[in-house]
Amino acid sequence: MLETVILIVFAMIGLSLLLNVWRLLIGPSVPDRILALDTMYINSIALIILYGMSMGTALYFEAALLIAMLGFVSTVAVCKYLLRGDIIE
Amino acid sequence: MQLETRFKWLPAPVLSLLLFIVWLLLNNSVSAGHIVLATILAIVIPMATNPFREKQPLIIKPGLALRHLMLVLFDIVTANVQVAILILGPNKKLTPGFVKVPLDLTHSTPITILASTVSLTPGTVSAEVYPCSETFIEGKTSEQRFLLIHVLDLKDEQALINTIKQRYEAPLKEIFQC
Amino acid sequence: MTEWIISILLLIGGSFVLVGSIGLVKMPDFFMRLHGPTKATTLGMASLLTGAMIFFSTTEAGLSVKEILISLFLLLTAPISAYMMIKSAIHHKLDSIERTKGKGNIEDDV
Repeated sequence: MLETVILIVFAMIGLSLLLNVWRLLIGPSVPDRILALDTMYINSIALIILYGMSMGTALYFEAALLIAMLGFVSTVAVCKYLLRGDIIE
Repeated sequence: MQLETRFKWLPAPVLSLLLFIVWLLLNNSVSAGHIVLATILAIVIPMATNPFREKQPLIIKPGLALRHLMLVLFDIVTANVQVAILILGPNKKLTPGFVKVPLDLTHSTPITILASTVSLTPGTVSAEVYPCSETFIEGKTSEQRFLLIHVLDLKDEQALINTIKQRYEAPLKEIFQC
Repeated sequence: MTEWIISILLLIGGSFVLVGSIGLVKMPDFFMRLHGPTKATTLGMASLLTGAMIFFSTTEAGLSVKEILISLFLLLTAPISAYMMIKSAIHHKLDSIERTKGKGNIEDDV
């Protein structure tokens, strides 16, 4: 039963990633696109964890943690760039 | 309010505890070696980074802090269900709005915690603290500060301000004693 | 029994993540779009990771609590990235929809 549930959740996450891509493409402003990217990295963490579960290995955990950290830092860096025109002042 | 800890070698107890727990979680073990290493890191890193940080109020009532954390976690779950219902409902019924909440807190750590809780609980996202932090001088407390929040579905402005002040700000004031 | 719990947690998590993304597409202006991803997605991820934690604790040897770390990290960082994004949106003077109340509360930043 768990295999079926994992497949269903895979489909849900895939659908939400598609919705994010839609928002990323239509914009209309730069903060909207940043928001879409921010949501996309969180969803990709979910995808990686699910893939690890379906393969039955906990190896992908480190990858998920790295994506979480780098995603947060890059979101803040891009926002800082929009605010100031500089990342490090 | 209390800015300095009793022990010089432990400048930020909460940070040390967090580092200890995170190190053990990262290694996923509670063996003696890892506990020793975690203790060393939890003491050395806050001491080394202490000169970079401004003096912030310390948590004086840890029991109350823990209870407040539980309340906030519970609120996050209920708030998410509410927001999910609002999102799936029709757009036309929503009346968004910006609200200014006057703050009694003065230091940046309590204000950051309050802003984060507001962001994670019912239909509100904190947007800005006025006057902006660049123009605000720490220690000069004569100026009243405001928290600007964006509300997804604004029904009663005064009731919302009262809820935030009583439910989230009052416990923080008591925890930090400021 | 544990299989049931894991399945329910995964389904709840997946649907919250989906609701967050629906909010991202459906809402009319940026400030309203921000609510979906910051709240619904964070709780969805927390639920999903709890499911994963129980799964790895039962299938592999020993308790696996590393997944709490990602939930904790997302819970701590979600408000901060939301704050940075709404700050840059206000700085760029993005339009909010007509019926937004209290637009006068926004002050010009320096």
